[in-house]
Amino acid sequence: MGILEVKNVNKRFGGLKALSEVNLSIKENTVHAIIGPNGAGKSTLLNCLVGKLIPDTGSVMFDGQSVLGRAPYEINQMGISRVFQTPEIFGDLSVMENMMIPCFAKRDGYFELNAYGSIGSQKDILERAMHMLEEMNMADKRDMHAASLSRGDKRRLEIGMCLSQEPRLLLLDEPTAGMARADTNNTIDLLKQISEERDITIAIIEHDMHVVFSLAQRITVLAQGTPLVEDSPENIKGNPKVREAYLGESA
Amino acid sequence: MFGLNAKDTRLLIIVAILTMLAPFILNPFPEGSAMAQFNAGYPDLMQRFVIFGIFAIGFNILFGLTGYLSFGHAAFLGVGSYAAIWMMKLLTMNVIPAIVMGVIVAGLFALVVGYISLRRSGIYFSILTLAFAQMSFALAYSVLTPITGGETGLQPKVLDPRILDGPLAEGATPKANLFGLTMSSSYEMQVGGWLFTFNVGYYIAAIVMLVAFYLAIRLFRSPFGMMLRAVKSNQQRMNYTGLNAKPYTLAAFVISGMYAGLAGGLLVAMDTQVGPERMFWTASGEVVLMTILGGAGTLIGPVLGAGAIKYMENILSKINSDILHTWFAFLPDGLEDLVVTLIYPFIGKGWHLTLGIIFMLVVIFLPGGLVEGGQRIAAWFRGRKAKGSDKDASGTTTEPAE
Repeated sequence: MGILEVKNVNKRFGGLKALSEVNLSIKENTVHAIIGPNGAGKSTLLNCLVGKLIPDTGSVMFDGQSVLGRAPYEINQMGISRVFQTPEIFGDLSVMENMMIPCFAKRDGYFELNAYGSIGSQKDILERAMHMLEEMNMADKRDMHAASLSRGDKRRLEIGMCLSQEPRLLLLDEPTAGMARADTNNTIDLLKQISEERDITIAIIEHDMHVVFSLAQRITVLAQGTPLVEDSPENIKGNPKVREAYLGESA
Repeated sequence: MFGLNAKDTRLLIIVAILTMLAPFILNPFPEGSAMAQFNAGYPDLMQRFVIFGIFAIGFNILFGLTGYLSFGHAAFLGVGSYAAIWMMKLLTMNVIPAIVMGVIVAGLFALVVGYISLRRSGIYFSILTLAFAQMSFALAYSVLTPITGGETGLQPKVLDPRILDGPLAEGATPKANLFGLTMSSSYEMQVGGWLFTFNVGYYIAAIVMLVAFYLAIRLFRSPFGMMLRAVKSNQQRMNYTGLNAKPYTLAAFVISGMYAGLAGGLLVAMDTQVGPERMFWTASGEVVLMTILGGAGTLIGPVLGAGAIKYMENILSKINSDILHTWFAFLPDGLEDLVVTLIYPFIGKGWHLTLGIIFMLVVIFLPGGLVEGGQRIAAWFRGRKAKGSDKDASGTTTEPAE
């Protein structure tokens, strides 16, 4: 049993069959990549996992519990964090405040009406957020406006925000899209370090084969809404079906 | 102090001093002088400054922090007023039950309106709140006449039950009071040509405003306030961070509705009458103007904006062409008429034109409102001071006072 079990998931948008009979099992504490050509249904699948979309049929179980019909914030509270293709952070807030918000969510749940106490008195949150910023090497940027960070730093901050919640499953949607090579490599190193140092499962959707093959332990290839094959990176590289569906096409 | 940092404490103390000394500060010109009509230190207007200050502070909690633009906040002010006047009719002329009930009823009403309106965001949210406010106005104006008094509104009558008060003496009119201290009573102080009025109602309203302002500062600096700014900044991220934006915005909506109810209750406490026009959409628009003019999302901005607009409404609108003629009497006749004709559209009933122009200038040149203007002036002074002290070393200029 994997930590995430997707069974017979179907999703239609009008006449378009976006996902058909998707089965996927992600094992705990692995890095699992989902690749596929454009329009293969990667993003649709991801959106079904985080509560943005509800599949027409099938089941999605996280740690033995169904996520279907739950709102994104509830699924997050279950232990799934999501990193977006373009970094989604609180641009109007400071870097430190960005880091504090997930810490509050982790401690207090989805809603807490504390309108009288000052932020300065929340010592545990401040400590935790500061610790996380140090871990992300961003402590010197704590008072900066998050919107003024570089693209790479925004990505770093977003990943740090997700990690501060100690999720069991981290979902990344093309985390290096539109990044310069140096930033891409930094992100790969960061993710490697995270997967080695923490008890965390990482599922990553990616176009960039360099990223996929330097991180993933298992790879699922999606084509036309169905999983074509699931295997280790070595075998995927040599698989002629995959070459035909994806690698050949992009090469 | 008071659980605030040094900067916020200083702001609170400055506001406290200004409100307490308002009867002096707002009356800088001696009685009977040509400039006396610019004096704003009379009770009625001072009360309006602080009461609409409360209204705008509350509006800013919603609009300034979460970015949700409510276009129907006057409905909560009106509902608070009606609740307050009913307390005065049924229970007692003491203002405390009236004000408390104003806050509670407005809060409950805001809960209903907010719950429905917050299903949408952006312009649709604004339209929904506007629709609710106009419905409330229409209901108060006609359908609910037995409760609201319709077009004529309500005021306490001698024959109202008022179960907590003793029967009134023959021919006496019911007066709003705080344990016997009448709201309308004033102490007048004559100093040379100046007349300063210290009004009980004003000081009670001012103290309530200081408490409301203090609570708003705490809210701004609290985890809840940070979450509201997060709502404004990125709801998507919030959702995927395990936070439900909806109860946060709804709580902000209800709190700001309660501030509006507090303002409504105080209006009744100061002037014991209420009519449906208080809920008209222009009244909702006014608080939006106040907040943006002063600086949305800042602490003191809404109070400044409320003061500026109420000042213009009450002072500019009183200037008429006769006054203009006396001002410009020193000019040759033809020129005098020309100048008066040019200025006339901007005063009296035309004060809205002046407000509109000022509002446009502020939005275009000072997007942060009057607060940003103040900050720029302060920065400019500081810059000059720095330069000044450089020159001081060579002993050529004196430092400008800050």
